[in-house]
Amino acid sequence: MTVTERQQLSYIAARAADARVNLEIETEGMTLNIGPQHPATHGTLRIVAKLDGEQVVSAEPVMGYMHRGYEKLAEVRTYPQVTTLINRIDWLGSFANEVPFILAAERLMEVEAPPRAQWIRTILFELSRIANITLFLGDMAVQVGAITPVFFAFRDREHVLNQIEAATGGRFHPNFDRIGGLKDDLPAGWVAETRQAMRKIRRFCDEIEELVEGNEIFQARTRGIGVIPPDVGLSYGLSGANIRASGVDWDVRRDSPCGLVHDQVDWKVWTHPDGDSFARFWVRLQETREATKIVDQLLDAIPSGPIMAKVPVIIKVPAGEAYVETENPLGVMGYYVVSKGDLHPFRVKIRSASFSNVSITPWLLKGVYVPDIITILGSLYFILGDIDR
Amino acid sequence: MSSTDTADPTADAAEAAAEAEAEALLDGARSALGEALVGSHIAAGELWLRVDCESWATLARWLRDEEGFTFFSFLSAIDWMPSPHGRDMDSTVDNVLDPPEAKEAPPTETGVAGGDTRFQLLARVSDVASGRSLNAKADLPTDDLRAPSWVPTYPGADWHEREAWEMFGIDFDGHPGLRHIYLPGEFEGHPLRKDYPLLARRVKPWPGLVDVELMPEADGEGGTP
Repeated sequence: MTVTERQQLSYIAARAADARVNLEIETEGMTLNIGPQHPATHGTLRIVAKLDGEQVVSAEPVMGYMHRGYEKLAEVRTYPQVTTLINRIDWLGSFANEVPFILAAERLMEVEAPPRAQWIRTILFELSRIANITLFLGDMAVQVGAITPVFFAFRDREHVLNQIEAATGGRFHPNFDRIGGLKDDLPAGWVAETRQAMRKIRRFCDEIEELVEGNEIFQARTRGIGVIPPDVGLSYGLSGANIRASGVDWDVRRDSPCGLVHDQVDWKVWTHPDGDSFARFWVRLQETREATKIVDQLLDAIPSGPIMAKVPVIIKVPAGEAYVETENPLGVMGYYVVSKGDLHPFRVKIRSASFSNVSITPWLLKGVYVPDIITILGSLYFILGDIDR
Repeated sequence: MSSTDTADPTADAAEAAAEAEAEALLDGARSALGEALVGSHIAAGELWLRVDCESWATLARWLRDEEGFTFFSFLSAIDWMPSPHGRDMDSTVDNVLDPPEAKEAPPTETGVAGGDTRFQLLARVSDVASGRSLNAKADLPTDDLRAPSWVPTYPGADWHEREAWEMFGIDFDGHPGLRHIYLPGEFEGHPLRKDYPLLARRVKPWPGLVDVELMPEADGEGGTP
């Protein structure tokens, strides 16, 4: 095919016009793909960000790389078997995942765990919170380029994991909670060792405070970045430290306690008025300290007695519906359990914290600069298993 | 600790207060929603409201604007049809534990606050200031699984409605863009519907007893699984 001179000239003119536009007036939009394998995503979350220069025009999280279909799988498992699955939702604070499900089943069965079991449950619940958030405190520094704190976090988290392992037999997946109580009693010497671990965690918190919180670079990268107003956060279903960092004084442990004994000890709900990345980091740091205090007080007063209530060997849960939520490390986690009086739950709806926490990202990332995407994602703190379930 | 011994009267009082609160909220719902409110249930201090499908979005607006339920917890659905696959995917151990007479398909029964159709929407909102929570339900017409979207009221419902669309095949009018959230784009079927078989069990039967090693016993007489 021959090209006439005129066609050739018009083609050159068009290209020149395009080039001028790109060179002088504006840049072409660009799509930046973050993930699925990025350290800030704690798993495999992909963010498709449309950029104008360095600024995000729109950001769309893409998930499902780790969807395991626990809601469907739970329908073909017996109630005690379900805890094995739900351990793997938030894998850094596994024990805390089991508690609301067991409490929901207990509510339907009208069984109550004996006081000693409730006490130990609460201790393990708070230990999983500490194990989980410790890693966040170190990891948040990685997001702004400081590598050292995360090694401190791994080092000191081990003390807590050792205690969880000593009590339950599992470092990451305890599978220890039972309908009506706990699988086992505490081993000898556990209380004293846990107290020591709590001291180490408090020292770790002080270290992080000195190393990270006061750091000028850290403050410059997090203060005023990713501000979430409280009403927006609530309407997106944000919970846990994310919403408390926006000044909402709401903690399920204090406001609607169910089955756990947080109301028996003296502790404080920390909030921060700013709502930015720094506030979310700061609230979690305070919460870790507070959790060690809760554990210390609970250790002082573990009641004696049995650790299992009387429950049948084959557990059939009476027909009904119950929803129980607890304040998990990542936020409010709940299970809506529908039973038809069978060995298996008829339907289990898992309300996981990270799913709602991350759903705000398209709103939150609009207009931020590329490096801030990472600090904002880091400060929202999600676990992929908790998004994808 | 004596605290748990003394907890009973205070717990009863708290429960009574929660029940009274739920009753008050139900009265408010009756006057605000009128005919649209078709069912309700109070248990353990919690209130369930069931509205007709057309009033689903009206309910959300009333909850947020009039009653202060600002926190959006979750939105999902329930398929009330008993699984047509029955118990054929159960393992041997389930058959031993649960005798075969339970195996014929039970009739469709709906849960608390009632229900008329197979699919039911389920959502939950909370009021963080007072600590109240509420579960909302709505029956979906069987021939047209369609409901008004909650996104204009609670933006957080966006992903939850995408999940319900993907898992149950429910359309939401007014949703900014219903597309797959977990499953690949070319996926066919709605996995959380009861008539969707659990393919993992089809491919490889649940081992049940087979993979449980017998515990050795001291007397050498075999053991228990």
